[in-house]
Amino acid sequence: MSFGHLPYDVAHLLGGGVLLLSFVLLYQRRIGAVINAFAMQGTLLALAAAWQGYVQGAPGLYLTAVLALAAKGVLIPLALHAIVRRLDLHRTVETALGIGPSLVAGVGLVGLAILVVLPATEGARALAREDLALALSVVLLGMLMMISRRNAISQVIGLLSLENGLILAAIGVAGMPLVVELSTAALVLMVAVVAAVFAFQIRERFDTLDTHHLEEHRGERR
Amino acid sequence: MPLQWVIVFFAWGGAVVLAAIPNLRQATLANIAVSAGSFLLALMLAAQPFAEHGWTRTDALNLPFILLSAFVGLTTSVFSAATLDQEGFDHWRIRAYHAAYQVFMGAQTLALLADNLGVMWVAVEIATLATVSMVAVHRTPAAFEAAWKFFILCGVGIALAFFGTVVLYLAAQPLLNEETGLSWAALMGVAAQCDPGTLNLAFAFLLLGYGTKAGLVPLHSWLPDAHAEGPVPISAVLSGLLLNAAMLAVLRAKSIVGAHPEAIAPGPFLLALGLASVLLASVSLWRRRDARRFFGWSSIEHMGIAAFAFGLGGAAANLAGLLHLLGHSLVKSAVFFGVGRAAQAKGSQKIADIGGLVATHPALGWGLALSIAAIAGMPPFLLFASEFRLLATAAGEAPWLALALALGMVTALAALITVLQALCFGVPTPDAATAPNGWRENAAAAPLWLHLAVAMGLGLAMPGVLAAMLAEAARVIG
Repeated sequence: MSFGHLPYDVAHLLGGGVLLLSFVLLYQRRIGAVINAFAMQGTLLALAAAWQGYVQGAPGLYLTAVLALAAKGVLIPLALHAIVRRLDLHRTVETALGIGPSLVAGVGLVGLAILVVLPATEGARALAREDLALALSVVLLGMLMMISRRNAISQVIGLLSLENGLILAAIGVAGMPLVVELSTAALVLMVAVVAAVFAFQIRERFDTLDTHHLEEHRGERR
Repeated sequence: MPLQWVIVFFAWGGAVVLAAIPNLRQATLANIAVSAGSFLLALMLAAQPFAEHGWTRTDALNLPFILLSAFVGLTTSVFSAATLDQEGFDHWRIRAYHAAYQVFMGAQTLALLADNLGVMWVAVEIATLATVSMVAVHRTPAAFEAAWKFFILCGVGIALAFFGTVVLYLAAQPLLNEETGLSWAALMGVAAQCDPGTLNLAFAFLLLGYGTKAGLVPLHSWLPDAHAEGPVPISAVLSGLLLNAAMLAVLRAKSIVGAHPEAIAPGPFLLALGLASVLLASVSLWRRRDARRFFGWSSIEHMGIAAFAFGLGGAAANLAGLLHLLGHSLVKSAVFFGVGRAAQAKGSQKIADIGGLVATHPALGWGLALSIAAIAGMPPFLLFASEFRLLATAAGEAPWLALALALGMVTALAALITVLQALCFGVPTPDAATAPNGWRENAAAAPLWLHLAVAMGLGLAMPGVLAAMLAEAARVIG
């Protein structure tokens, strides 16, 4: 199976779509738009999982697809919109790292992912290793988003999109055991993170830039 | 159901029961009962021959840690019963705390027992969720910050470990069927024929991922805060148990990659992370003013020493590393029992506010003094034996690295002794008005002395069975 075959091309199209939405997440500055872009990424991921379920003849992946669609396409975005309204963050505009530098860094990370994965996995099948390169790119872009944003919600969305990359990797490897269980467990973790935002009511991520704030909370003040 | 799963589900069943008990006294007693049951089950497991059952296995590598984990779980539940009234919990938090404690114990045991790397990942994830909720239980801004940092950093960490697990399967996919695909034993069997490049990629992600949970520099920054802000008993199980489970996961990954002659050598990576942890922690120890954060940093140092030992590799260094993990769990949880109790008695966990414990609380003060001396690597405790063996081996194989390691150890030792004098021997500071006393004082100090006695017994005369098992485990790691 290679370029020009339908299962291969559609899988690439969907994986590429997930990666493209990671870039959308990087350059969106309004928090509402970031959440919507994440919802679209979750939906595309669900489609990718369903397609892999069809191609690999693995009905369990349909379950992963349905869960991804319900949780990441609908429920988590709704919950995040609710948090944004409650904490009155919807007018916030992000200013941590400019759009240009973010995108340049993002392209660099995708290049890095391809350079790391393709030579390292020469033994594996083409579809699996190219899917893995896409997935690693999504993971790295999710990390970049966690680093480059100041707002706690955006940081959580970075982690959520990182996890989308993990699921993309897991569904792309044909015959991976426990894939449904593992993707569900990862989803539970992400739901818990979103629930923690609700419970802790955290607005800003605690980073090292504002040391005064840190020392107050770390109990290290004299 | 095989005994391996009985242990896990016994703790999780206990969690369900404990979630229904609102009364503090009944809940703490039930928690001790569940922990004692788990300890008995662990002893029964130790009496059985090594075996694989479905997704779990018992072997020389994990059995000592399962016993240790059940033992520390039991003593911590006793300590928790004696001190929990000082935390000021309402009945919801009593339920949540005890349920989370047993969920954590079950997940911790499963993480140690898992043969299937996917199951191991899920177990580490459940343990993370349970400990995050325990760290946040006080609901103060500082507790939320500690829990949030813990959650986000370890969330990224275990996400990377997930990716590593997927890549590891990809490496072994042509050689394995779907049934055994993620089994550690099966992966070990075919590791030598796997694609080396893919193995390297998998190891990088597994090391970073589980290394975050093990508190290795540069992914350590969640650890001191998480140790300082939760209820006192949580610090003991975080340092004593969770770090070991994460380190064991790193070792399982290392043994698979190490079995392939052309794959990258995993040792130097562990050496570098370990040495960085020791050096950074030994310097950071000097700048701490909060007693529980201080000993959190000390855990980073000790995990670094263990990682250094496993990075050096070979039977002697691996054995030293395993002894170090065991000794650190025993002694560090004893230190947290002492420090936590002292902080409650003095109404503050700042080092400056705790002083002269030997004069005001003799049983606690002397116990804490001895356990800090033990964590600093003084004889006759187990950590002296492991550090001595490690330095002796390292001096022969890599003298310059051994010198750097010794420098870090000595710097940390000096910081620990300074704090020992401040906490235990300085001018006595006044007790807080609400300070507890009477039988609870002794009930809180008893687990501390028990841990010290075990650490000393193992340091002076290791039972032959255990020594043979550890030597076998040192060979498994490779």
